[in-house]
Amino acid sequence: MFLKNKSSALTAVTLLAGFLFLFIGVYRGESIIVFEKAVNICLECIGIG
Amino acid sequence: MVNNKKSNDNFRHIIQVLWTLVTNAYIIGFIRGKIYQGKIKNVCVPGLNCYSCPGAVASCPIGALQAVIGSYEYKFSFYIAGFFIIIGTFMGRFVCGYLCPFGLFQDLLNKIPLRFKVSTFKFDKILRYFKYLVLIVFVVLMPIFITDIIGQGFPWFCKLICPAGTLEGGVPLVLLNDAMRSTVGLLFGWKFFILIAVIILSVIIYRPFCKYVCPLGAIYSLFNPISAFKYSINTDKCINCKMCAQVCKMGCNPVENPNSLECIRCGKCRSICPEEAIEYTFFNERKKI
Repeated sequence: MFLKNKSSALTAVTLLAGFLFLFIGVYRGESIIVFEKAVNICLECIGIG
Repeated sequence: MVNNKKSNDNFRHIIQVLWTLVTNAYIIGFIRGKIYQGKIKNVCVPGLNCYSCPGAVASCPIGALQAVIGSYEYKFSFYIAGFFIIIGTFMGRFVCGYLCPFGLFQDLLNKIPLRFKVSTFKFDKILRYFKYLVLIVFVVLMPIFITDIIGQGFPWFCKLICPAGTLEGGVPLVLLNDAMRSTVGLLFGWKFFILIAVIILSVIIYRPFCKYVCPLGAIYSLFNPISAFKYSINTDKCINCKMCAQVCKMGCNPVENPNSLECIRCGKCRSICPEEAIEYTFFNERKKI
């Protein structure tokens, strides 16, 4: 079977939680913040700001 | 066995180079000294890849995490936490071994021949915990709590530490962009010093940044014991020769713990094993790769 034991079940549950978190994040508009940060040169990241 | 080890290493380096090229494919950015501004930047790459690199087509997960939790709207990022959980649960620190451009950079530096290479030293084991401190302090707490007047935090890890940002974003942009060059100051000098230190140390020690500093490696390491992709030891085959522990440049002993937090899944142990006792598993199903 695909989920052979408890360890695989834990892995599957964690994966599901990850997808749930991801969708909540997109729904809350967090990806827009990431996008806005990433399309402008991040002066702090490159050691100028 | 040596040939096997070399071919595994070469295969891994090919994947690393291809991945670095694919995720930094905005070649025109290197010509114009500007960065990609397309829609793919909504998503993150698994490895440490500065989104201010002129070639970067997606976002850095550590930079993205600091951007969200440092914003005045959110103090927790479901989006990035979900991303870490998914990637970590699928492959753990396989990302470090195969999908991180800065890991590749350190791998190549360590190939420079030198009379003395340091495999371990007195405080090696304790220093490994430093990356968790960096994660908690510079990536999480400081962006949340040290804010400006409107509650906006700064990406403190990027600002004060990240040598990947200096290498991939800072150096090319300062060289290519006149406006950037004119604003270079003390902070850039500090970050450049860190980059040079990492470069020198990488020649002597295998992946010092990954071992002791990288907050992304710290996050993925927590998933190594539960990730879908894992190593397992076939105890019927293992003759306890310890060759796997001797060859591991991350200082792991696969027989004692095949899913150590430090294992980057480079596969050196698997290649050197004379009995082929170290096996890949995916959801605990043995895979022949």
